[in-house]
Amino acid sequence: MTAHVRNAADAGASVLSVRNISKAFGGIKAVDDVSFDVNSGEILGLIGPNGSGKSTLFNCILGQLKPDQGEVRVNGQSVAGKRACDLNKLGVGRTFQMLQVFPQMTVLENIILAGQEHQGTMFTRLFGPSDAGLTEEAAKLIDFFRLGHLRDELAGSLSYGQQKLLDAAMAFMAGPSLVLLDEPAGGVNLTMLENLKERLVAFNRERGSTFVVIEHNMDFVMSLCTRILVLAGGRIIAEGTPAEIRSNPEVIEAYLGG
Amino acid sequence: MNSRNLILVLVGIAALIAAPLGQGNYVIYVLCSWLIFSIAAMGLNLTLGYAGQVSLAQAAFMGIGAYTTALLTMAGVHWIFAAPAAMVLCFVIGLVLGYPALRVQHHFLAFVTLAFSTLTFLVLRNEEWLTGGSLGLVGIMRPKFLGFDTMPQLHFYYFTLAVFVLVALLFWGLVHSPWGRAFKALRENPIRANSLGVDIRRMTLLAFAIGSALGGLAGALAAPLVQFIDPPAFSLMHSLKILLMVVVGGSGYFFGPILGAGLVIVMPEFLRFTEGYYLMIYAAMVLVLMIVCPTGLIGLGRKFASQFKGRSVRGDLKEGAKL
Amino acid sequence: MTEFLQVVLSGLATGSIYALAAIGFTLLWQASQTINFAQGEFVMLPAFFVLIGMHVLGMPLIAAMIFALILSLILLGVIFKKFVIEPMLPHGTLPIVMATIALGILMKETVKEFYSAEAQPYPSLVADRTLDFFGAAVSTQDILNLVVSMLVVVALQFFLSGTRTGRSMQATAQNPQVAEILGVNIKRMVLYTFLINAALAAVASFLISPIYLAKFSNGEPIGLVAFIAAIVGGFNQIRGALVGGLLIGVVDNLAAIYVSAQYRAAVPLILLIVIILVRPQGLLGKAEGRAV
Repeated sequence: MTAHVRNAADAGASVLSVRNISKAFGGIKAVDDVSFDVNSGEILGLIGPNGSGKSTLFNCILGQLKPDQGEVRVNGQSVAGKRACDLNKLGVGRTFQMLQVFPQMTVLENIILAGQEHQGTMFTRLFGPSDAGLTEEAAKLIDFFRLGHLRDELAGSLSYGQQKLLDAAMAFMAGPSLVLLDEPAGGVNLTMLENLKERLVAFNRERGSTFVVIEHNMDFVMSLCTRILVLAGGRIIAEGTPAEIRSNPEVIEAYLGG
Repeated sequence: MNSRNLILVLVGIAALIAAPLGQGNYVIYVLCSWLIFSIAAMGLNLTLGYAGQVSLAQAAFMGIGAYTTALLTMAGVHWIFAAPAAMVLCFVIGLVLGYPALRVQHHFLAFVTLAFSTLTFLVLRNEEWLTGGSLGLVGIMRPKFLGFDTMPQLHFYYFTLAVFVLVALLFWGLVHSPWGRAFKALRENPIRANSLGVDIRRMTLLAFAIGSALGGLAGALAAPLVQFIDPPAFSLMHSLKILLMVVVGGSGYFFGPILGAGLVIVMPEFLRFTEGYYLMIYAAMVLVLMIVCPTGLIGLGRKFASQFKGRSVRGDLKEGAKL
Repeated sequence: MTEFLQVVLSGLATGSIYALAAIGFTLLWQASQTINFAQGEFVMLPAFFVLIGMHVLGMPLIAAMIFALILSLILLGVIFKKFVIEPMLPHGTLPIVMATIALGILMKETVKEFYSAEAQPYPSLVADRTLDFFGAAVSTQDILNLVVSMLVVVALQFFLSGTRTGRSMQATAQNPQVAEILGVNIKRMVLYTFLINAALAAVASFLISPIYLAKFSNGEPIGLVAFIAAIVGGFNQIRGALVGGLLIGVVDNLAAIYVSAQYRAAVPLILLIVIILVRPQGLLGKAEGRAV
């Protein structure tokens, strides 16, 4: 675990607080009384075998699913009944499992879109400048993700790995206090993976942003995250640093037995 | 817009100015209806091409615009006030109609507008005290602007052209504003747009309402053009016709609906020799176009263009492979 | 009261035919996300196949009906799916909407140009008599319509929930990915759906044409009513479409008597808008996911 995050975590207030969340589908408890906090500056990994309830939990946090009981708060505000766009305004950025960029728009347009709804009002967005005054900031972010040379290319013409970077960059554009990454490593080749991880860590370090990552790729999670939660059968069965998780017999059991 | 496109647009406008010179009344009339339907189709393009919603009531909105303008101008209100009133009315009806439909499921707007289209027709036909019933309204005056009388056909054409160019400019501004970007995002990936803070319900509703208002404006121009309006001119069939203009031209492209409107308006003139078979041939052509190229004519053009360009478009892939 | 009963009964009879069209419409939507704007024309056309069979090929009525049914299955089922819908499926709903609208016009105009623009008398399967039913006069045609439609619906329901193929079709409609994993031949199931829709349209056509006569322009009102019935009942289920169809039939008939004749056609439309406002999932529908 790196020192700066330890400090941030110690000092950081809870950005995301999940309290006693349960969700059942037709009698099967997908998520069973789960509680945890995510502190400012953390990179929290959420892992678990297939069907362990990760996605359900994720969807409850994002307000896509209504939990049977319990509560999710982001920066102290409940997410209950919030639509995705309202949640985004609350400071939650996210990526999806499947790649989600706007293929017919340029890289720059993609990024500007990701920030424009946080600028001004409906009125200024209609009559104000067409880039909502974001070109410079967007360009910086694009450069940060090393896509500068592709700024004016259509997002759809980028390689898969580049689109994946763009996808992540979009989630950061509005300066969210919490970013949820749903399987960021899925379908990404090895070199690209290193690049993505390196950029995420750098972003976390420079801007102090907080991530929650769902991921199957163990190496990726272990080297990216500062703290890991392991879900199995809808419950948290282990929590700790990557090193602790790696040597936890229960986790090994859950993966091998599950 | 780059300079080459700017030149093309200026040439286009020059051609539009020159087009009616030396032509008979009928040709000028056809040109006027092309411009008017282009405005209606541009409005629908916003709903359909940018916000991804099917509206089957664009002709009904034209009807509401036409009747409002006709009634107001016949009551002595100048067109310059009557037309905006018609647009505002259509905008508000669009909001009222769209709000419940868009609240639920995305294909519901098609059905609500379908029903609305038929309802509008019934009201126009049945409320004789207001609309003149199936006889319609006769004797709609063409407006005068500070001594410029639009009564002569050629003058009316230039009046229509001026409105058309103004609308096109504003529309261009709209689709290149952050709103336009949000509209495009809705079309390409509404779920992702929503997660980036775009209030998709509100933006879709606005796109539909603005599109409807443009339908109203087209009606406000159509009424003084023909000087006589009756309900069948705004029936469902005509809504479908406007929908065809957008789709055939290429929905989501700025010039698509203008091209589509030209084709749909002019086609009957070309297919006149086929007499009764006109609609049949027409429908068959649309069917084939949709099967062969669902993105419309402009999409078809782009397909060819990119084939000529070959692989240069994806040259960045080499770079991508390195990543 | 007698008049009311009479109106309701004949409304149910026409409504049951609307229900057939609405059910087909719903099935197509479920199986392939196809919104068939030509559904009304699908109901208009088979009656003309019968007329061609009888008057051009000289067949007796029953043979002509079988001929028409087979022709419908081929044209409105197989050809429609293979050559119209299938190529467009990857491109989303819009091209399908446009293409089916165009197809509807094509069918309508073809009948108008190549058969007749006039309404054609169409033979009924039963002698036209009226029976007394608690004081209400009910025509034999109405009874036939109600009975045949209900039999068709019951048979369809039995097929879908009682046979292996039917259950596979339902699985395909609900979740094609899962169905495929379970070894269901999805493509075939979708084809079956199109065939069933074609058959339903043909039966609806045979039943409704003796009442309204066979005319090229019949499709538009029937199609509209089928949409409305499907939505009112709950867009995604058979029972819903059935109830929706019956309800629209009755409401339409009542409106003709108790509302002005001029606004009769407006009543189902208003019903549609009210349903979308207050109960968007339809009368029998379960609340589906919102459009985000």
